Amino acid sequence: MAKFRVCPDSGFYFDKSAEQLIKVNAVAGVVCLLIAGIMALGVVLTRWQTIHLLPADTFYTALTAHGINALIFWIIFFEMAVLYFASSTLLRCRLAGPRWAWLGFALMVIGAVINNIAVFSGKSSVMMTSYVPMQAQPHFYLGLILFAVGALICCFVFLGTLVIAKEEKTYEGSIPLVTFGALTACIIAVFTIASGAIILVPTFLWSIGYINSIDAEMYRVIWWAMGHSSQQINVAAHISIWYLIIGILFGARPMSEKVSRSAFLLYILFLQLASAHHILVDPGMSAEWKIFNTSYAMYLAVLASLIHGLTVPGAMEVAQRNKGLTKGLFEWLRKAPWDNPVFSGFFISLVVFGFLGGITGVVMGTEQINLIIHNTIYVPAHFHATVVIGTTSTFMALTYLLIPVLFRRGLFLPKLAMWQPYLFGGGMVLLILFMLGAGTLGVSRRHWDMGFTGALLSFEYPGTAYMMMAIGAIGGVLGVIGGAAYIVVTVGSLLFGEKLEKSAGILESFGVKPLAAEVYNVERPERLAMAKKLPVEQHGSSGFEAPGTFALAMLLLVCFVIYYFINWDYLSSVWPMS
Amino acid sequence: MTSFQPPAERIWWNTPVGKDEILWIGIALVWCLIMFFMMPYWHVYGKQNLSSEAYQTTPAKFQARVDAMVEKYKTGEEKGIPIVTPPAGSDVYLLGRLWQWYPILELEKDKSYRLHLSSLDWNHGFSLQPVNINLQVVPGYEMVMNITPDQSGDYAIVCNEFCGIGHHTMLGKIIVKE
Repeated sequence: MAKFRVCPDSGFYFDKSAEQLIKVNAVAGVVCLLIAGIMALGVVLTRWQTIHLLPADTFYTALTAHGINALIFWIIFFEMAVLYFASSTLLRCRLAGPRWAWLGFALMVIGAVINNIAVFSGKSSVMMTSYVPMQAQPHFYLGLILFAVGALICCFVFLGTLVIAKEEKTYEGSIPLVTFGALTACIIAVFTIASGAIILVPTFLWSIGYINSIDAEMYRVIWWAMGHSSQQINVAAHISIWYLIIGILFGARPMSEKVSRSAFLLYILFLQLASAHHILVDPGMSAEWKIFNTSYAMYLAVLASLIHGLTVPGAMEVAQRNKGLTKGLFEWLRKAPWDNPVFSGFFISLVVFGFLGGITGVVMGTEQINLIIHNTIYVPAHFHATVVIGTTSTFMALTYLLIPVLFRRGLFLPKLAMWQPYLFGGGMVLLILFMLGAGTLGVSRRHWDMGFTGALLSFEYPGTAYMMMAIGAIGGVLGVIGGAAYIVVTVGSLLFGEKLEKSAGILESFGVKPLAAEVYNVERPERLAMAKKLPVEQHGSSGFEAPGTFALAMLLLVCFVIYYFINWDYLSSVWPMS
Repeated sequence: MTSFQPPAERIWWNTPVGKDEILWIGIALVWCLIMFFMMPYWHVYGKQNLSSEAYQTTPAKFQARVDAMVEKYKTGEEKGIPIVTPPAGSDVYLLGRLWQWYPILELEKDKSYRLHLSSLDWNHGFSLQPVNINLQVVPGYEMVMNITPDQSGDYAIVCNEFCGIGHHTMLGKIIVKE
């Protein structure tokens, strides 16, 4: 029989096996993040032309390892922890098939290790994308396949847990919004992993000689159905966590369940078309195909993100205003707990994801504008705004919450934790802005030497490009230091953090009341009740409740419109082609 | 009463929606539609569009067509790479291979050419600098487009798709004459 414990600080019920799985997945993720961070340092110090640290072969190995460990292993391990949390913990339900979940975890670990062995041997420096016909060692692909199979099993454990929760009526009504968002992430993950299997299994067979050749263009189209869609898992996951964080910190409820959930539905329906973003300047695709796919069918998934961009801070604003922070447009924001890394990490993530990640993503995904951006360093600048600040910062913020709640430890070096989101976020913003600039000047991504040493012919980028790469690299170094601070706090907390025997009062200031002591003494948690209905005049159809957020949203839109048309103008200046 | 509780109505579709949300969704939807229609608009009125003309090819076939052009229109040589001056309006060929763009093309300003691009081995990235036009060059496919250089000068072709250890040495050249 399942045993639960109640967290005395948060009131969450943890099923024992779910709790262990959340812990091991989170820890495995952090280990991968550590590898990725060390590699990141090598990459930025090499692209900083004055330092130019690594030789070419090591640089490409480091870049491959950085990409795979950061973008695939760290994020997906952590997402599995999030899935278990959003199903078992939030729904107060035992985990479906814990043994399957452990099998999934084991496969993911084995896959990650095998793939890393292939990469660090130096003979599989094919970048994360591993475009054929450039070939990696067979175990490079095998590692990824095992990892994906493991993740797929975990997705089904999540789905199974939802079924059990419904069957055993552990909650009233419909699943909470956060779980709904996690379900979105899971559905997208299943689609993603299926696409990955379709292309990586044949590629693996090709690498061991059973298949003659893989069509290079077909590989790109299907690989990106995995590669880009897997970023949409992250979006759905980190937006769910945003809702979770504002719920825990501010007691916020969604402005409207209908709007927020519909936005997640739009993700399920349209986000997967994104493979096209990488194929816009490839041979042979028709304009109709490109336009329909790159815009997610008339930008309906972008619409969904714009909606979350309003409803997440909006829900927080409503909750804050209800607490009496009603002065002016922004008192609710000014008086937010800026020294709490859970909040600051989340809010930095929200702002940078929207303003930098979102806007640049749509601009470079515009069919014709992609001509002036494809494969320049603008592209990594964009996705560092989305997955490093968007996803990774959010996961870091959640970690600071999980350390007391899940691991029952006090934070190690809380002052360092307080500064960490600013250091990490600030460094990465610097990196992003200046890489965007360098990309606009044509600097190439995945390139060892922008000075072209040893080339037969010659070309020189303008001095500004060198300067921008240098400032961007300084930002990158700061980001790595911020990332190291996260690892120090996290690992330090687990090793040396004060053991929280009973309530530590960590969350009391946010209105969460301490409950029972920490023992697995609950056979069956109390049924999770539905939210109480609010009177309409206090919430919903009559109100214009979040004027501050609305103003911020309009600011985002103005930046968006201006920047969008600046890029059309830039495009109109290049050589005519048809 | 929070985001991680079940909604107050089991059928969440029936929950009320605030005015600010409706207004924002409206504005955002209009913006999304504008962005969507900008792309077809540019196909009609803009000057920078890619054609979808492309053919499957093989390295040998494409190499033969490049060689034929080089033989016919070669006008010089730079560091062992032939400089080719094909007539305006003609088909010009450029191939990417480890780690070279071949040959050097000499074009006339404001004249149009049908540019054929392909790779003989791995993926390469055609990145024309400092104009900043970027195209993916995929082995097995021949991509065709009309280009009209509208500024004169020497232009570099940087390879911006990772293609192995010599990637950074892969530079090509297009010369545009008045």
